[in-house]
Amino acid sequence: MLRTIKELNLMISIGLGHYLTLAAIIFTIGIVGLFLNRKNIIVILMSIELILLAVNINLVSFSIFLNDISGQIFTLFILTVAAAEAAIGLAIIVVYYRNSSTIDVEKIDSLKG
Amino acid sequence: MLAHAIFFYTFSFIAIVSAIMVTVSKNTVHSVFFLILDFISISCLFIMIGAEFLGMIMLIVYVGAVAVLFLFVVMMLNVAQQKNQWFSAQESSKHIPIGLIVSVIIFFELIIVIGGWKYKPDLVSAMSLTIDKNITNTHSIGYVLYTDYIHVFQLSGMILLVAMIGAIVLTFRQRSGVKRQSYFSQISRERSDGVELIDVENNKGVKSDD
Repeated sequence: MLRTIKELNLMISIGLGHYLTLAAIIFTIGIVGLFLNRKNIIVILMSIELILLAVNINLVSFSIFLNDISGQIFTLFILTVAAAEAAIGLAIIVVYYRNSSTIDVEKIDSLKG
Repeated sequence: MLAHAIFFYTFSFIAIVSAIMVTVSKNTVHSVFFLILDFISISCLFIMIGAEFLGMIMLIVYVGAVAVLFLFVVMMLNVAQQKNQWFSAQESSKHIPIGLIVSVIIFFELIIVIGGWKYKPDLVSAMSLTIDKNITNTHSIGYVLYTDYIHVFQLSGMILLVAMIGAIVLTFRQRSGVKRQSYFSQISRERSDGVELIDVENNKGVKSDD
């Protein structure tokens, strides 16, 4: 009985571990989308956005729970880099689609990697 | 405390489900919609734990710019009809079990790190950038961002500039056979190019195609 109350208390009092677990789950979902997608390269870019989002959750929750503002500052910079990366990636996709009229991941093999 | 827990579980449940839907959705437009939902619920979480400025910036940057950019590209490339057949490669390949194994290993590594994580108390006291509770979150970010991190801030502006120029250069296309206004030749046209003064002799006139 005491143990269940303790567990319930741990469930209710949201701490750093809850946020880190959420970030880990979203990070893993992004990794899965990156690995297993074989059709659409735009979904791969969106998975990269999910991974960056998970990193942002980590930084913000550490910043709040350790009472240090610099984590939020670095989140701003990650946001900048994510926006730049999305713009460049989508531009590359548009150019590739214009040249070869497909963005199917299985058919992008001109480098023979 | 209880309300905090309820809101946390609600928002994180929505975030996780929509993150899964981003990767498994057959239609790319639906994936972008779920990405927007994911960003919104995560920014609600940020606002809830006290990082209001970052939550609002997430809304503006991700939902307002990045997700709309994704939607724009998806609609421009006409891939919404190409069904995103998840897991189904044309020839059967070994990437699915290996990818799943690697993902599960990554997840358990992260969980192990979180479960065993402890920080030294003196590590925190060594930091100087503590959050002042008397001023707002935006104030405290501004005090630090424009003083201690000013060079990094300028550098991130340079990154955005380079990204903008790169995107324009990549997608710019010079079309041939399109009639355009040429501002330079219009402005640099002078009187001597257009008007000619001729002494007209009496009773002879001027031939128009001279």
